[in-house]
Amino acid sequence: MDKVDKMDRADKMGNLDKVHKMGNLDEIERIELAVVGGGPAGLAAAVKAAELGLESIVLFERDNFLGGQLVKQTHQFFGSKDQYAGTRGIDIAEELTDKVRKEAAIEVKTGAVVQGYYEDAVIGYLEDERFQKVKPEKTIIATGAAEKMLSFPNNDLPGIYGAGAVQTLMNQYGILPGEEILMIGAGNIGLIVTYQLLQAGVKVKAVVEATDKIGGYAVHATKIRRAGIPILTKHTIKEARGDSKVEEAVICQLDENWNIIPGTEEILEIDTICLAVGLTPKIDLALQAGCQMAYVPELGGDVPVRDEDLEMTEENIYIAGDAGGIEEATAAILEGELAAINAVRAISGGGSDLEAVYAEVSEKLADLRRGPVGEEIRSGLKKARGDENAGRDRYSRQRRYSK
Amino acid sequence: MLEETGIPDRDDIQNNLPDEERLKEGPVAIFECYQEIPCDPCYYSCPLGAIEEFEDINNLPELDFDKCTGCAQCVANCPGLAIFVIDYTYSEDEGVIRLPYEYTPLPEVDEQVIALDHSGEEVGPGRIVKVVNNENQDKTAVIWLAVEKEKLVTVRHFKRMEESSDG
Repeated sequence: MDKVDKMDRADKMGNLDKVHKMGNLDEIERIELAVVGGGPAGLAAAVKAAELGLESIVLFERDNFLGGQLVKQTHQFFGSKDQYAGTRGIDIAEELTDKVRKEAAIEVKTGAVVQGYYEDAVIGYLEDERFQKVKPEKTIIATGAAEKMLSFPNNDLPGIYGAGAVQTLMNQYGILPGEEILMIGAGNIGLIVTYQLLQAGVKVKAVVEATDKIGGYAVHATKIRRAGIPILTKHTIKEARGDSKVEEAVICQLDENWNIIPGTEEILEIDTICLAVGLTPKIDLALQAGCQMAYVPELGGDVPVRDEDLEMTEENIYIAGDAGGIEEATAAILEGELAAINAVRAISGGGSDLEAVYAEVSEKLADLRRGPVGEEIRSGLKKARGDENAGRDRYSRQRRYSK
Repeated sequence: MLEETGIPDRDDIQNNLPDEERLKEGPVAIFECYQEIPCDPCYYSCPLGAIEEFEDINNLPELDFDKCTGCAQCVANCPGLAIFVIDYTYSEDEGVIRLPYEYTPLPEVDEQVIALDHSGEEVGPGRIVKVVNNENQDKTAVIWLAVEKEKLVTVRHFKRMEESSDG
């Protein structure tokens, strides 16, 4: 058995080697569109591209299921009624996944990790322990976001989680992360996860927020406040304490210069600390592909530079969803659709039908971002499009590692 | 205050209420929606057209108190759980607040509970009058909670008796 396995592997490696050496692009499967990421943006992109007539689409998802972060969102979404508002995230995931599965033009690859996008526009991916290749005409990168970490003494103690992990444990696998929790961060994620913890019967001692204002939606805050959970702005965690796992959290007040006010320390007995201190776009693939980046704090850090059509500085690659800037799922869905429309237009040459769909989707996206809470996104997008400070703070892999 | 603590200002709460005459006529919805966010399901949920159509999806909702019957369809459909119905006509001494509730298990009719205000402080006893949890509410139950009439302006949530024993 072992021997067969080894031989099989050797054979595969041999093949791989051959393709590399020969560099024979003719042997690589050609498709119209590759979508990297099976979250809201990627799912919406694949569906829209199929609806608009593309016939060979491959959707890559590294997890073994589709839906991305939506599968953990048990709360009802905001936004427009015709764009899933009032629907719970888990149900949106199911709806989008169903649509993807019904489209014959979409080949879904779950458990498939994209490794790189190469100069000859070839995508290399790992599936079933085999490195494989595909050559798409257009690629949409919808890889989502990663959680930020917070530095404080003993932040590596067991029992200290990111909010994503708490949601995975609790909402996907039905496992409570702990009994008494301190939540760090009063953005939407911190507030929503606090609410979900309360629903699961977990005691949340407090939500601390370093800035002077609650960052998340007021309705999320009022919901947990009337359940008796204190939201402490201008507060942070000074340190975690515990022997083999977290047992106490020392929280304290901050002055207007973000310095700890001595004497305000307070010890909370907890068994879990949940960090919800923000997200940053997952740009690895776009960066590796050679796309230019710009540092845009409003969008969560380094983001790919893109044009109105969401195409990045490397031709034929588009960005959609949180990978291009931290926003929320409804916007990610619409961006995925927009990226797909633009990719289809570039392949097929467009047409009046396509323009009508484009106008409809971009108007919905503009509506969503029009209000006061969309102000940061609007200003961030200007920078990411290079409308302002063009060329400043930009870098790409080519510059850092010259060819 | 709202953006620092999550507790709305007393004046803002008071400003959501219709005039006394309307309150005496029967149940009516009050919207505790203070922030312009892109959201519009309440408009679509109202069977009576009492909520004005949104010109901009970011606008705050506007309710026509005279068209509203307090049916509470909007209460279950607001993703922010920010709409309540108050009824001053329930009985001589008691009023009823219909509030959104997403905790399990749901309370029983006639159960005695502790009423909580906007900050989660206990404000006195309450009694569950009705539990509405229809299919179209998508798991957001609407609980009818009877409290003293003068507390209808402050009561927005409740906790079960067994919860209070362990703090």
